[in-house]
Amino acid sequence: MSYTKRNDGRKFEETREIKAEVGVIKNAQGSAKFQIGETIAVAGVYGPRNLYPKFLQDPEKGVLRCNYNMFSFSVDDRIRPGPSRRSREISLVTQRSLAPAVNLNEFPNAVVDVFVEIIQADAGTRCAGICAASMALADAGIPMKDLVAAVGVGKVGDKIVVDLDKFEEDYEGGASDMPIAMLPRNNEISLLQLDGELDVKEVKEALEMGKKACENILEIQRKALKDKYKGGK
Amino acid sequence: MAKLLVKNKDLVVPGEVLVEGMEYLPAGNVFRDKDKIIANTIGLVSIDNRLIKLIPLTGFYTPKKDDVVIGKVENITFSSWFMDIGCSNLAMLSLKEATSEYIERGADLGKFYNFNDVVVARVINVTKDGSIDLSMKGPGLMKLSNGRVVNVTPSKVPRVIGKQGSMISMIKEKTGCKMTVGQNGKIWIQGPDPKNEKKAVDAIKLIEEYSATDGLTEKVEVLLK
Amino acid sequence: MISKEYLISILDKKTRVDGRKLEDYRKVEVEYDISKNAEGSSKVRIGDTEVMAGIKLEVGTPYPDSPDEGTIIVGAEFLPISNPEFESGPPSIASVELSRVVDRGIRESKALDFKKLCIVEGEKIWMVLIDIYVMNDDGNLQDAAALAALAALSKAKMPKYDVESGKINYKEKDGKLPLEKMPVECSLAKIGEHILVDPGIEEEGLLDARLTVASVGKEVNALQKGGNGTLSIDDVDKMLKLAVEKNADNLKKVKK
Repeated sequence: MSYTKRNDGRKFEETREIKAEVGVIKNAQGSAKFQIGETIAVAGVYGPRNLYPKFLQDPEKGVLRCNYNMFSFSVDDRIRPGPSRRSREISLVTQRSLAPAVNLNEFPNAVVDVFVEIIQADAGTRCAGICAASMALADAGIPMKDLVAAVGVGKVGDKIVVDLDKFEEDYEGGASDMPIAMLPRNNEISLLQLDGELDVKEVKEALEMGKKACENILEIQRKALKDKYKGGK
Repeated sequence: MAKLLVKNKDLVVPGEVLVEGMEYLPAGNVFRDKDKIIANTIGLVSIDNRLIKLIPLTGFYTPKKDDVVIGKVENITFSSWFMDIGCSNLAMLSLKEATSEYIERGADLGKFYNFNDVVVARVINVTKDGSIDLSMKGPGLMKLSNGRVVNVTPSKVPRVIGKQGSMISMIKEKTGCKMTVGQNGKIWIQGPDPKNEKKAVDAIKLIEEYSATDGLTEKVEVLLK
Repeated sequence: MISKEYLISILDKKTRVDGRKLEDYRKVEVEYDISKNAEGSSKVRIGDTEVMAGIKLEVGTPYPDSPDEGTIIVGAEFLPISNPEFESGPPSIASVELSRVVDRGIRESKALDFKKLCIVEGEKIWMVLIDIYVMNDDGNLQDAAALAALAALSKAKMPKYDVESGKINYKEKDGKLPLEKMPVECSLAKIGEHILVDPGIEEEGLLDARLTVASVGKEVNALQKGGNGTLSIDDVDKMLKLAVEKNADNLKKVKK
């Protein structure tokens, strides 16, 4: 089925409008908000701090722990509060997306906790969460070799597109969703998942489009970080 | 020929390339990736000859030998105290380092330093796996009765102290408060009146917020007027 | 970080750690529509304490003893993002207490007309699900949660419901919730001999006794005494008078 024009008028390689802000949770050592279209994620970082139970500790390097949580009212059909199989898997892939960027060697036996809260959802929540979390880690002063930018790419009808919204995810002509995260400096991929049907060529094409979008996202993340530290919000 | 991509005092964030080429050397809070030098935290660029480093604007406390820190008693064992000094592990104060007084075996150690007591102590040893030893022996090291403790980002401690202690002296003088600044970002304040203490707290918060800007001393002066 | 003795010595001088007077409430701010898929939502700040609340409506079956009445279900999550002491996992007893006190404030004041939430008597009713999320804990989550719940209720729109098909259309709205009264909650602390309004997080950690008062005008609808210390009759009387006054102030922050 031919998808000739996007529902909200965007170009196929264009993300929705992005807003980012650093320092949104006073108690957290680092925190950030990342909004892409109608999806809003807030992330907070605590640590390095003591890790219990003790058997989880690593005497050689610190542990990065992530928790992804959707607010019950973030979607039309209320989600029962507390962890689900879906949220646990996303917590895991969020951790893996961020781990390659974080230098954990400086705090053996300790843990850095990252909490991602989805306040409002319109597809792309895990990627928004990763973008917020990466800014929150930098804000907390955890040593990092790069920021992490993430975006959904995929296919709607017959078109490869960037940043699918809920309408596109549910498109009646079929949609494939491929969330990715990158360390943009060296174009290293740290998240790659796919739901749907893409051929080998399309995966490559989607990744190239995603790479460009991640470069844009990186600029927004950097600006938001600098805005906080320029001094005096 | 090396290409320097930043200037002194530029604000950078993790992953930003500071230099291309091998002529510069990475110092603190930066690292080399092939021919590039990269920032690993949020900070201000500092170029000294061929050395490039960052003055960090955020970060957690990493204890170092000889740091003077403010801690709180979290646990007492039969031969030592464990103190929260604001890092992931509790720091240990052994009997030997606690006092020059003779302590009998089995004595109640809470008589010397009790739960929730606040002390100024010195870090005397840090091991690779993160064990920290403290000492109370030395000038100015003591239990702090009364007063309150506020926290600042540890990387901002030098700004709170100021050049040759100018900033902290000014706050002490203008508010009449006694203050002790720990390298771990914990600051103890005791004043003649709660209002004076509040003023000192406000001054510290102002320094923390505006630490990367010029004219910090003037801003603090205005607040303390 | 402060000791109890020192805190009391500050209170003796009729002032508080953060410079407030004993009967002063912190600055209260209310924001609406923070989450568009909720039927109503809000964010409340009390000083640096920040709480979000959202309302979802679902269709359920009534309790046999009240076949023509809808109901409310209040839940609260003390998110670990909001306080380094909070852990991930099942709701803590403190969050259960908080949500039950919010529930009682709304239920006992008859803030919502439950009869108007009945769709088909004995068969179908509206369930109003109020979920509260703590974003930053700087003390007195109880009052922030109650105010956030009220603010979210005040702006909530009912979704369209088709009795025939049994389907809820969340995209189409069908009027406001039957919110008849506006209950507000005020918490007070007793520390030593002092009574103070809206305890901050350090005061909360050192208090002897706490009292939360939910009221509408001069009617008190729910009380919850907390802390391990006790209160005298005179303490309670003084606290109630202060609470009624503060609740009237904070009600002005909520648009109906």
